[in-house]
Formats: sequence, C-alpha cells, structure tokens
Amino acid sequence: MAADSDWTNPPAAGPPSAGEAETIGSAWGRRLLIGAVLSWFAILILVPGAALARQALGGGLAAMFAALNQPEVYRAFILSLWITAAATILNTIFGVALALVLVRQRFWGRALLDGVVDMPFAISPIIAGLMLVVLYGPDSALGGWLEDRGIQVVYAAPGMVLATMFVTLPFVTRELVPVLRELGEEYEQAAHTLGAGRWRTFWSVTLPSIRWGVAYGVTLTIARGLGEFGAVLVVSGNIIGRTQTATLYIADGVESFHPEGAYAASMVLAAVSFCLLVGMDLIRRRLDRGKGGQS
Amino acid sequence: MPLSLGNPVANRSRPSQGLTLRAMGLFYIGVMVVLPMTVMTFQAVRPGPRAFWEAVLDPYALHALKLTFVTAFIMVAVNVVTGTATAWVLVRYEFPGRTLINALIDLPFAVPTVVTGVMLVALYGPSSVLGAILGKAGWKVIYDQPGIILALLFVTYPFVIRSVQPVLLELDRAEEEAAATLGAGSWTTFRRVTLPSLRPSILTGAGLSFSRALGEFGSVVMVAGNQPLLTKTAPIYVFGEVESGNRHGALVVSAVLLACSLLILIGLNALQRKGEARNGG
Repeated sequence: MAADSDWTNPPAAGPPSAGEAETIGSAWGRRLLIGAVLSWFAILILVPGAALARQALGGGLAAMFAALNQPEVYRAFILSLWITAAATILNTIFGVALALVLVRQRFWGRALLDGVVDMPFAISPIIAGLMLVVLYGPDSALGGWLEDRGIQVVYAAPGMVLATMFVTLPFVTRELVPVLRELGEEYEQAAHTLGAGRWRTFWSVTLPSIRWGVAYGVTLTIARGLGEFGAVLVVSGNIIGRTQTATLYIADGVESFHPEGAYAASMVLAAVSFCLLVGMDLIRRRLDRGKGGQS
Repeated sequence: MPLSLGNPVANRSRPSQGLTLRAMGLFYIGVMVVLPMTVMTFQAVRPGPRAFWEAVLDPYALHALKLTFVTAFIMVAVNVVTGTATAWVLVRYEFPGRTLINALIDLPFAVPTVVTGVMLVALYGPSSVLGAILGKAGWKVIYDQPGIILALLFVTYPFVIRSVQPVLLELDRAEEEAAATLGAGSWTTFRRVTLPSLRPSILTGAGLSFSRALGEFGSVVMVAGNQPLLTKTAPIYVFGEVESGNRHGALVVSAVLLACSLLILIGLNALQRKGEARNGG
C-alpha cells in the first residue's frame, strides 16, 4: 500500500545507470534542476531561519539569555509546557482507544467516525477556538451551567487545553491505525487463549508492539501543541502572566518596544521544534525497521 | 488519509468485549469534534438565510474571503511546480546532502506558525537590511500581500513534496525508458509518461496545501498585520470580529471557510478511493 511506504526516508534509489543518465536529461539540465530546487528551499526556509538566529543571537548568547530571563517569559513557557503536557496525555489515552476501535471493531457508522477524526486538520485554528468559545463561553448554556458550578473553561486553562487537544487530535490515532492494521490480531488472540485478561493483553502484547507508533504520534502532538497559537489565542483572552503561553508572548512581544525577548523566545521554540523533528526522524527509522522485521 | 479497508480478521467472536472502548472513542470524538462543530454551524445559520448572506456580502468579509482565496491559489500554483520538482530531484538524483535535505523538508510542519512569522519579519521587515533594500526599490513585502504569500509558501512547503515522493518512488520506470527508446526527449517523456501517473498525488498535495492556506493564521497575522481591505485574510477577519463582539459575522465567515475545507477533504477522499479502486487495492 502506497500510504505505508517509507516517505520520510526513501531508500536510496541508487545512482541512475550510465544509460539512463543520457536518456533522462543531460548532466547540465540535472545540475540546473538540483540547483534550482535547493536554492528555493534555502530562500524559502533556511534564510528566514538564519535571519531569526541573527536577530536573536546578534547581541551574543549572554544577551539572549538575559532577554529570556524575565518572569513573564518564564511563566509563558511554563504555561505552554503544562498545557501541552495535559493535552498530550489526554489525546494519547483517547487516541490509542480510538485507533483500537477503528481498526479492531466493526459497527455501523465506523467509516463516518474514521472520516470525522481528520476534521481538526481541515479546520482553521481560529475557527477551532471560536467553536470552543461558542460552546463553553460564559454566555452559552453549557458555559453558564459550568460557571454556576465554579468551573471556568474559556479565558482559563481548561479552554486552552481543550483548544490544544482539538488541533492535535488526529495525530496519535492517524499514526496508530496503520501500525495496528499491520500488526494483526494473532498475538492478541494467542495471549487471550493463554488466559490473559484484556488489560494484561493490552499492556504486555499490544502496547509493546505499537510503542514506536505511539511515540511518533506523541512527538507530533507535542510539537504542534507547543507551537499552537490561533486556537489558544481565541480561548485564552491573552491575560499576561495568567493565560499567556510562549507563542502568545512572542506575538505580543515582537510588536513591542523591546522585541528582544520575543526573538529569543522564538529562537528557543525553533530550536525545540528542530530537536523534535530529529526525534521524529529517529522514531520513523525504528518504526520502519520494526515493520521490516515483522513481515 | 487511508480509508478503512476493513480488518480481515473480524472480531465477531467476542462482540461485547470492546463496548467500553467503543464508548470511549465515540465520547471523545463526540465531545471534542462533533459537538463544537454542530453548535457552531447551528449558531451561524440560526438568524436565518438573509442574515447569513448579509454577513457574507459585508464588504470587509467579502474582501477577506477573496484575499484568502487569491493568495491560496497563487501559493498552490507555485507549490505544484516547485513541489513536484523537489520530489523529482529527491527521488531521482544523487547529490551530496540529499538525505539531510530530505529530513529537513518537514521543518515547516515542526516550526510554530508564529515563529515562521517572526522569521519572515526578521528577514524582510522594514528594520532589516533586505527589507530596507526592497523598500527602496518600491517593494513592500511585510505588512503587505507578498508577505502573506511568502508565509503561506513556508507553512505549506512539504505538502506537495510529501504526497508526490512516495508515488514517484514506486513508479515503474519501464514506461519512461520505453518512451526514451522510442526517441522522446526527456521533457516529452516527463510530460507525456511520468506526469499523468503523478497527477493524483500532485492534486492531493495541492488540495491539502490549499485547505491549510484557507485556515492559516499565526504566520499570516505576524507578517501582514490586520489592515482591513488590504491584508486582512478570512481567519484574521474572524478573529477581529470575535474580538470586537460581532460574533455572527465571525461565525458566518467561519462556516464558509469550513464548508470549503470539508469539500476539499471529501474531494481528496474520493480521489484516493478512485485511485485505490484502479490499482485493485
């Protein structure tokens, strides 16, 4: 199946043979095309990245750390971490359950459920935030009911967690569905036959086999969660020191008279996302190796 | 997204086993996705079709929608060419650093959108060297429409590449070789033999990047500001209307964007199903 093929790290196709080299474009045409593609990548992605690094590190590392060493920067990053952690844990638990339901169960409406899972990817983060405000806002029926019981969702942490959960919802499930399908049910049935209960089977048979798939989905969720802006902006109210996450701090700071903190914080987030990308690459390799070993 | 092909080992022997699990999955999707979407759509159409149309035809809303679609179209046109070329180079050519570049292609997916915006402002902004040079030449990038297109190109960079790459890898090259043997030049071979097989995957990448562009907010708001009738795209308009208390206007434009994104999603799904049927999948 094409979808399962290794698209992050295609195996080396091998240098084209001498005969092909002549048929598929001249050597010069080839060099020109490679040059054009690499230049486009550099101009579009790398040069802006370098410009940010220059801005953030222009005054030296010490200046960057001084810009980061502000209470509001610190609080914003801590809040981002907490919200991402909460959203990731909830999405992982429910996402694993949902993937198991989608792969292992037959029931009416399953295909529809399968389609609905992807919807958050088609919805603008701003609209996602607006949906939550409409549903849980103080002037909505549900929001009013919750407020009477002392639970504030919108303009507070629960709403921000919900917003982050919404935009990252498909990641874990989407990564696990192909892994579970590939795994099949034989091992689980064997464990069941040997007298293992459902939990026991899940913990000692299913989970170890899908752990790299879970890890990949979790990494994607963390990366997107830390960087989420639009959805969180709408539901947070952006109250400095209370509901200001790292991305909200950056957006505010860049337009202020002291943008150094915003540039430094952007640099930190860019570095974190780069590390997560490297992590994803490593996990992807493990996943593919596992796949190769089983079949 | 892969369509559920069904598991060959049907789990009929233990039907009651997964009911808790199923309830958990349905609760999750119901509360997290279906409920918010339903309530939003309901609120958008509740004041009636006339109010809906008036909100769409509001000059500011209409301009925002138009700007969003035009910039997304320009971005897709560029991405279709550069994305296909990049996938081609990564699959077919050997050059130093290919593995590294291939791993870095996904960088725009990992970088937070706000950080993308900050990067572009740092490079092209009025206080930067390049921005000053461009400004003297009369080119305004930041706080203007070119900035929007640059931001969209950045955030959607991987889509076409990642959807064409696997197809190109699996493509049987015998047909290309046959065409070349029959005397077709490399461009003719590409256009007449390779391109038709790549078309569905190019279309998928284009659809995904278009859908993403319709909703993009973080990077665009950073580079474009929110000048009405100039750089206010639809998502920025929605945010502005929420902030200023015109919730119905925000909901209506959201509903339009949502409908377009869903249509694209459904179209891509149909395209994929057609492809699977043709390949005997």
